[in-house]
Amino acid sequence: MMIITSGCGMTVLDPEGTVGEQQRDLIILSITFMLIIVLVVLILLTYFLVKYRERDGHRGYDPNIDGSVKLEVIWTAIPIAIVTVLSIPTVYTIFNIEEVPEASTENEEPLVVHATSSNWMWIFSYPEEDIETINYLNIPVDRPVLFKLTSADSMASFWVPQLGGQRYNMAGMETELYLQAGTEGTYYGRNANYTGEGFAEMRFDVNAIEESAFNEWVADVQEDAPELTQGIYDQFMVPGHVDEYTFSGTHLEWVDHAIDAEYAMEAWEREGYEPMNPHASDAPDGVPRLDIDVEAGSVETEDTQNEETPQEQDSHHHH
Amino acid sequence: MNLDWDEFIVTGEPFIHAGQISILLTTLGIIFVLTYFKKWKWLWKEWVTSVDHRKIGIMYIIASVLMLIRAGVDAMMMRTQLAVPEMPFLGEAQHYNEIFTTHGTIMIIFVATPFLIGLMNVATPLQIGARDVAFPFLNNLSFWTFFWGAMLFNISFVIGGAPDAGWSAYMPLASNDLSPGPGQNFYLLGLQITGIGTLATGINFVVTILKMRAKGMTLMRMPMFTWTTLITSLIIIGAFPILTVALAMQTFDRLWDTAFFTLQDGGMPMMWVNLFWLWGHPEVYIVILPAFGIFSEIITTFARKRLFGYTSMVFAIAAISGLSFLVWVHHFFTMGAGPMVNSFFSISTMAIAIPTGVKIFNWLATLHRGRIQFSVPMVWALGFIPNFTIGGVTGVMLAMAAADYQYHNTYFLVSHFHYVLIAGTIFACFAGTIYWWPKMFGLKLNARLGHWMFWLFMIGFNVCFFPQYFLGLDGMPRRIYTYFPEDGWFGLNFISTVGAFMMGIAFVIFVYNIYYSYRYQPRETTGDPWGGRGRTLEWATSSAVPPHYNFAKIPEVKGQDAFWQMKQDGIDPNEIVEYQDIHMPNNTGNPFIMCVFMFIGGFGLVFHWWPIAIIGAIGIFICMIQRSFSRDNGHIVSAEEVRKEEEGIREGQAHENG
Repeated sequence: MMIITSGCGMTVLDPEGTVGEQQRDLIILSITFMLIIVLVVLILLTYFLVKYRERDGHRGYDPNIDGSVKLEVIWTAIPIAIVTVLSIPTVYTIFNIEEVPEASTENEEPLVVHATSSNWMWIFSYPEEDIETINYLNIPVDRPVLFKLTSADSMASFWVPQLGGQRYNMAGMETELYLQAGTEGTYYGRNANYTGEGFAEMRFDVNAIEESAFNEWVADVQEDAPELTQGIYDQFMVPGHVDEYTFSGTHLEWVDHAIDAEYAMEAWEREGYEPMNPHASDAPDGVPRLDIDVEAGSVETEDTQNEETPQEQDSHHHH
Repeated sequence: MNLDWDEFIVTGEPFIHAGQISILLTTLGIIFVLTYFKKWKWLWKEWVTSVDHRKIGIMYIIASVLMLIRAGVDAMMMRTQLAVPEMPFLGEAQHYNEIFTTHGTIMIIFVATPFLIGLMNVATPLQIGARDVAFPFLNNLSFWTFFWGAMLFNISFVIGGAPDAGWSAYMPLASNDLSPGPGQNFYLLGLQITGIGTLATGINFVVTILKMRAKGMTLMRMPMFTWTTLITSLIIIGAFPILTVALAMQTFDRLWDTAFFTLQDGGMPMMWVNLFWLWGHPEVYIVILPAFGIFSEIITTFARKRLFGYTSMVFAIAAISGLSFLVWVHHFFTMGAGPMVNSFFSISTMAIAIPTGVKIFNWLATLHRGRIQFSVPMVWALGFIPNFTIGGVTGVMLAMAAADYQYHNTYFLVSHFHYVLIAGTIFACFAGTIYWWPKMFGLKLNARLGHWMFWLFMIGFNVCFFPQYFLGLDGMPRRIYTYFPEDGWFGLNFISTVGAFMMGIAFVIFVYNIYYSYRYQPRETTGDPWGGRGRTLEWATSSAVPPHYNFAKIPEVKGQDAFWQMKQDGIDPNEIVEYQDIHMPNNTGNPFIMCVFMFIGGFGLVFHWWPIAIIGAIGIFICMIQRSFSRDNGHIVSAEEVRKEEEGIREGQAHENG
């Protein structure tokens, strides 16, 4: 047990937040029970094999035993008991982690972050702060964070193992997940659900920083970062990898993917992107790294006839 | 679909070119051998058109072993790619993605399921004292739908490109927008064609077992493998129509722009996930319950005891099959269905541990006070118990939804399902094949090579998959084609790869053993070749390989373990006073031709080549019409022929013994 829990330093068993800690406790409890069961089976099996193996001077052979109500009741009751004992903390934890995690600081009001997956990058919007980041995330330490999860295209799964378990991002839907970081630090976050070619590298950093540093960062971004326009945003809808970006303003002003599942496909058309058979002779080798033009303005849609249509950028397209 | 020739034939990957060349050479080789030895007619008359349940079973097993090789090579390539961080072995992610998709799909659909169906075909009619299945024509049709469905799926990697959306083919990833090209169509059509046959098999075995049991074989006297076949067939009938409908809906989405599961036009991608697992979870039990049956047979035979708690075993299987339809949501606890829903499915899933636990302890109790012989089938059965238990208890851990949020989509899960599917299903496939080998081929596989294979495979299996539990707890997600040195996953991955290759070598020993045993093993002379330990009716036949009518006289059953009972009572089931005419079904070439048309039609649909699809459809209908209007009442094997055959067998035995 000690080897498993401490020796290897495994991420999931070494959480840094209250949600992850509850899950770790549940995991440790179940591992303990399960080790006992495996041990009992192994001991009984070994004992019977040694004692009743066919050999000279074999003893105790009785071919006609065909059951025992007493024994069978016992080993029906034992699994029932174990399942019951494990069900109670399971159900308790299932309900508990849907609640706002307890915070040790005064600021118990959860920070709301919209985490949107798009092949193969992460888009984080802070609606109250009116800022947006790509492929990284700053959160205040010790303050609960409410993630509102959705996807622009394929189903992804938002996971920061050291902070807590994952939840799916699905286009046209919104799921919620509470997490909280107990200590400052940078945590590895990723998409855990297979989404195609760029899936393995679909990672992000979560920086848990002091509340004051967080507020400072927010103010800086609001002031200095380029403003997110639809023209910039649409470029992130094209499948590919991108670097980290920071913007003032959020895409929630013109699209919420939890409501509009078709937006990404419309953006592809505006960007001139067409899906391509990976075995076509002119298909790109590997996932393209997109070069985002942060100067791009608004886009021309049916509703808003705008002259500032972004120039077609060849680097965005799979040619 | 407008395709250039270089898109039609997959190009650019050295491994795929090697595959193309080896497929071409193998095909030419097979054609040459069959022509040179003038075996075409033999192949057609004795095998392709055969309605004999044992021959169909053998064809199922051969095809499944070929598929096991294909998907096993996929596994080796995946493990090589993951052996070290940033491995360049398979190049970009695309190739790896196709390989893990075909590995999973083939292992479940074209290995586990048909392998067990093959063993059911070999053993079940014999176990209930029947001469064939209820619908022999349908049985042949089932096999060929599986075979041609598998062929359609398998050619994808050399023609058009393999599917790459995972074996679960989640929408919207599997849609035209996110998985363009013909790859996913191969998955849809290949599985659809195969699924028809699986459903037909389910119906066939339910009717066979309910209607064709020998006199005296009440339900509660049936061998455990027959019980699991019956219950599995019922699950198939319940679950496979869901797959059929779901596949059809996704096919419509991809071929004719409907919007069942798409992002556009209000499609519901999550409906696919629900439908897939509404079939997918029962499917897990379709491939594990027959394994339980096989182990029950082997353990009783080689412990020389009656099965402990027969009745509770039957109820356990029934309970598991019922629960299997009530737990599908545990495959996506992380979908945010709400704490109430997740709690329900957590508990229903954990409840499966109760009947399964009962079964494990009943097997252990069967060993108690036994006379245990460590034959090759028995060591597989004994290896199953602890390894499957590890798979089972980690399943309970995964069932605890709040903890599952941390295991989901990780190597913890990968390890869990390999512990149940390999230590359960694959162990059982090997054990059952070795156990019934003399019934199929009249000789036993060499035991020395058999033990080598078992130990190498079992140890390799643990070396491969045990470290993966820890990789999962360390945050390594499944389905990634590479990782980085700073992730810290190198050591355990490397060990895992070593284990995979040990399993590969063990399999090579198995193949060599088949050759070696054919050359050198003595031929069995009795119908009860496992040292006279046989307990069930398949061992009561007049010879090791039973005559095509199975039993000259249908045995009369007086209790559980019918043949064991006969031996106790001093009854020889093959002592026949008066021979009688036997009514047997005729061979038929119709199903093979019909399934070739299914393949052609499916191929046309994959590439949107409508004329070819229409030709396929017309061919299928012509075959159906031909069958509907043909009058085929089978044939009679006269009492005289039966007498000659049986006396011939007896003389041969006397000759061997004398």
